[in-house]
Amino acid sequence: MLVKSSARWTPPLAVWLAAAALAWVLAYRTILPFWNWVVFSIAGLDSGARLGSSVHFFLYDTTKILLLLGGIIFIVAIIRSFFTVERTRQLLGGRAQGAGNVLAASLGVVTPFCSCSAVPAFIGFVSAGVPLGVTFSFLIASPMVNEVAIVMLLGLFGWPVTLLYVASGVVLAIVAGLVIGRLKLERFVEPFVFAMAVGQGVNGAAPTWNDRVAGAVNEVKDIIGRIWPYLLVGIGVGAAIHGWAPTDFFTRYAGRGNPLAVPLAVLAGVPLYSNAAGVLPIVTALHEKGLPMGTLLAFMQAVVGLSLPEAIILRRVLKPQLIAAFFGITAVGIILTGYLFNAVLG
Amino acid sequence: MNIKVLGSGCKNCQTLEARVILAARELNLNVQVEHVTDYPSILGYGATSTPGLVVDGKLVLSGRVPAVSQLKELLNAGH
Repeated sequence: MLVKSSARWTPPLAVWLAAAALAWVLAYRTILPFWNWVVFSIAGLDSGARLGSSVHFFLYDTTKILLLLGGIIFIVAIIRSFFTVERTRQLLGGRAQGAGNVLAASLGVVTPFCSCSAVPAFIGFVSAGVPLGVTFSFLIASPMVNEVAIVMLLGLFGWPVTLLYVASGVVLAIVAGLVIGRLKLERFVEPFVFAMAVGQGVNGAAPTWNDRVAGAVNEVKDIIGRIWPYLLVGIGVGAAIHGWAPTDFFTRYAGRGNPLAVPLAVLAGVPLYSNAAGVLPIVTALHEKGLPMGTLLAFMQAVVGLSLPEAIILRRVLKPQLIAAFFGITAVGIILTGYLFNAVLG
Repeated sequence: MNIKVLGSGCKNCQTLEARVILAARELNLNVQVEHVTDYPSILGYGATSTPGLVVDGKLVLSGRVPAVSQLKELLNAGH
């Protein structure tokens, strides 16, 4: 008869994951009644009054978004553990414009990529024969459709707006890459890039499931550890706007009546580099106060997609003209997307 | 055994370096760990994403920070 050799039985990974998923669902289901009870019954605040509704908004949104961040970052990290920049580079090598741009933008969404790797990835892509425009489709889609932005949109606006954001980000990356490819800007890549010898690379050492889960848990800790202060400030400001800002204050300056609202929103988004966590709660509150969705989506895309630090890093391999073209074309694309959604969503 | 950590000095590279040193200590291996930050050398080893890990001149890993246990396997294999 077979006897387990180890004295203590440790549950397999699948059991842990199922237990964690169950606990997550229970927590997500309980937070709304819990905060209703704490804020309105225990603390006795009035749900109709400013203070009561702002405090409730702050506590409920913070816990909901933290739970969503934990769950979605974990799932995205597991999915991404099946993709690598090396494999993406092989998949894109020698692809023509068009189909290549579509594939590059899609892979940009799922390939794990941090802007600190932008330079080696760029050189690797170019050396593997990936056309310049296709490379840019990847570089534009990758930060624009990121897990934090998805979580925040999902938690604050729901599925339709999230899908709209993801789809428009991918389409924008495809079109901007096609335009950059058409303009034949190869001469503005630093010449040493084409001369550089890139080694064979490595395909071995695939992660085990334990590695994938451990990596995903680390990713959750890492991202939440980095963004929580911004999240709290953002939700705090959002709660204040929610409770106190007069309804017509923002619509008077940035509403439909102002045709320059979209480009101004894009300009305002650039210095807020990648701060989706802090910016989105404010965006939600502004939406409640009547700002149109297209303007707000353009603002969001500018926050995550037009990154000055990444532009500075890419200066090592790109001449200023090409960086300007990359930024300019992406910005124009974002502005057009904003106008389109303002017109379509009414 | 000569080990190189490839990367521009971001947080992932530092985490990888710390874990490699830990893994080597647990295996009682005598290793020298260097940090390679210039892009031509990084790409010369074939790493198109960072951090990368080079053991005795050969790239064994790039683009992720593995657990100490997997690093121990990689160091054993390169032994």
